[in-house]
Amino acid sequence: MESEKTITDEVQAALPVLYQSYGKRHDSLIPILQGIQNKLKYIPKEAISIIAKELSMYESDIYGVITFYTQFRLSPVGQHIIKLCKGTACHVGGAETVGEAVSEILKINENETSAGNKFTLEYVACLGCCSLAPVMMIDNKVYAHLTKDKIKKILEEY
Amino acid sequence: MGKREIVVLMGTCGKSAGADRVYDKFTSVLKAKSITGVELKQSGCAGLCYSEVNVKTWRDGKEYIYAQITDDDVENFIDSEIIENKAYSKKILFEAAIGDDAALFPKQKRIVLRNCGKITPTSIDDYISKDGYKAITRVLKMPQELVVQEIKDSGLRGRGGAGFPTGLKWELTRKNPAPEGRYFICNADEGDPGAFMDRSVLEGDPHSVIEGMLIGAYAIGANKGYIYVRAEYPLAVKHCLKAIEDAKARGFLGKNIMDSDFSFDLKTKEGAGAFVCGEETALIASIEGKRGMPSLRPPYPAEKGVFGKSTVINNVETLANIPWIILNGGSKYSETGYEKSRGTKVFALAGKIKKGGLVEVPMGTTLREVIYDIGGGMAVPEYKFKAVQLGGPSGGCIPEKLLDLPVDYESLVKTGAIMGSGGMVIMDERSCMVDLARYFLNFTQNESCGKCTFCRLGTKRMLEILERICNGLGTMEELDLLQEIAKKCSTSSLCALGGSAPNPVLTTLKYFYDEYVEHIVNKKCPAKYCKKLLTYTISDKCVGCTACARKCPVKAISGEKKGRHIIDQQKCIKCGVCVATCKFDAIDTE
Repeated sequence: MESEKTITDEVQAALPVLYQSYGKRHDSLIPILQGIQNKLKYIPKEAISIIAKELSMYESDIYGVITFYTQFRLSPVGQHIIKLCKGTACHVGGAETVGEAVSEILKINENETSAGNKFTLEYVACLGCCSLAPVMMIDNKVYAHLTKDKIKKILEEY
Repeated sequence: MGKREIVVLMGTCGKSAGADRVYDKFTSVLKAKSITGVELKQSGCAGLCYSEVNVKTWRDGKEYIYAQITDDDVENFIDSEIIENKAYSKKILFEAAIGDDAALFPKQKRIVLRNCGKITPTSIDDYISKDGYKAITRVLKMPQELVVQEIKDSGLRGRGGAGFPTGLKWELTRKNPAPEGRYFICNADEGDPGAFMDRSVLEGDPHSVIEGMLIGAYAIGANKGYIYVRAEYPLAVKHCLKAIEDAKARGFLGKNIMDSDFSFDLKTKEGAGAFVCGEETALIASIEGKRGMPSLRPPYPAEKGVFGKSTVINNVETLANIPWIILNGGSKYSETGYEKSRGTKVFALAGKIKKGGLVEVPMGTTLREVIYDIGGGMAVPEYKFKAVQLGGPSGGCIPEKLLDLPVDYESLVKTGAIMGSGGMVIMDERSCMVDLARYFLNFTQNESCGKCTFCRLGTKRMLEILERICNGLGTMEELDLLQEIAKKCSTSSLCALGGSAPNPVLTTLKYFYDEYVEHIVNKKCPAKYCKKLLTYTISDKCVGCTACARKCPVKAISGEKKGRHIIDQQKCIKCGVCVATCKFDAIDTE
């Protein structure tokens, strides 16, 4: 139970700042959840209960919002998040091969975390860097014109 | 001129091509050479994405744009441009007289992108120096009706996709009584895969969007607003926040703007990754903190929008036009254009095209001019043009024979595609049209919010049929079923997502029917893309290196060392590993 207590503490510590910036209102729910996720990289279930109580909402409504938007995660992730673009230009430019390469190198599929808790692989709809396709984003950095060799080198940088 | 400037173009695209490194290198080399009097600046994307990293400079009345600059170029660049006052000829892309956009960007007319790649987006002074916030100053002295009239005169229509006349939207909103105030929203939830103009404008010229919003808010009497921006665009979010902060500090936002009675409070809201939130009623739900589900219209947002209040929602590109229209006049704006589509449109060129990036052309320019004259034609000339995909998942594929079509809202709708937000993905012979339809259906099926039956289940059924066809299991009867579901899905969905989801299917069926038949009847993919329909054989180019046999995951390849190998077709799972492995181009695909 030790670790659970820590998560609750972390959530409790993060919330006051978020309330201050966005207000303790129903329409602040999404920014608050984003704030929690920015801090912890996912939304622990403890956070749902706490926020529900403090915003006077049902936990089920909050869960509904979390599962509606692809950005939110309910389980912990690795140190770095790889967002692989599957937009049209990337698809036409061979995103499938890029995805296979990442999966092969890290031995993970979509939404899985690699050994040593280093990378989590996610697919996103479009990163808007279409003329540089195929692309991927690691944390907030975009990598362009990907090839299998290039991916290997990029991943080694981390 | 006096002081020299070096500008590194640093949009998300530039940064991913290495602009940060180039910028840092410039800083260190300038310092190492003790060069003073040169100002190193950052700017947004000029739309020349195919040639990133771009660097700009001005000398003797001329503007120079350099392409593909890497950190290795920096030293020589400074030696020649700054010390010797000569062009760094190795990497020059364009040179033209300062301010001569027509020479830099032939066939284009840059209104929305007027400042992109020219100003430092994080500097409000840079924006002000380009007549920034001049339009709002003028507007604050005008009666609101006249502002609306000016926009109506311009003929500007919504650039987000549907093309509703902007002035009329403002006028209709004004007619609704709003004792509790109104909202003005900027829709920056650019979700169409293949479109990135909104990102570039917000990253490269955020103040123009804010000024557009201010003018709109003044015209309709709104005092609160949001920029709803995708979280996938971290740099755009950052630049928006900085721009809002600076505009507040200068009195362009907040209470009693420039000592007038007009007050406007602006905030950003980050999207959370839901394509449907680009739909206005869904966007409103999302701003209110709910699941982004569309709702029935009427009531339209003009009547009941955010928190039940009268609301206008305009797209980024639409708003970036507004200050220009006020400063130059609505009639001036409407001089450009074609029939009912006035002004310009920004297109995002991507896919198998030589010069991918952003272009802004007068409405009525033909697709051929955009793709060949501006975009430089196909990336790999050996492979012929096959289709251009317009409008993302709501749009369609346009074949070669329709390339002389002028781009305007009405002409494009007639083809079955739509203008959409302006994403253009160019495809060559190597792209399979059935696979493309499958790709988009997979997208819309994932993004459907699930409210309407045909959108929730119809897209799933269509996707299943397309998957069967791509895997060689489809039947001709299923093609009829596909058409039937497609038509019902478009008429039985509440919002545009479901309504237009069948467009990629319907247009590929319309223009590339033979390709479907080829998949179904002859079990062949003419583009050689659908792996399940390919047959791999080893030709006499094989030298017997055994590399493929060792890599084959199912041990389907056999042969003697230094002898020609063969593939056992019964065992082959068509994974393509052998093709990727072979260094002698000995594996043929049929």
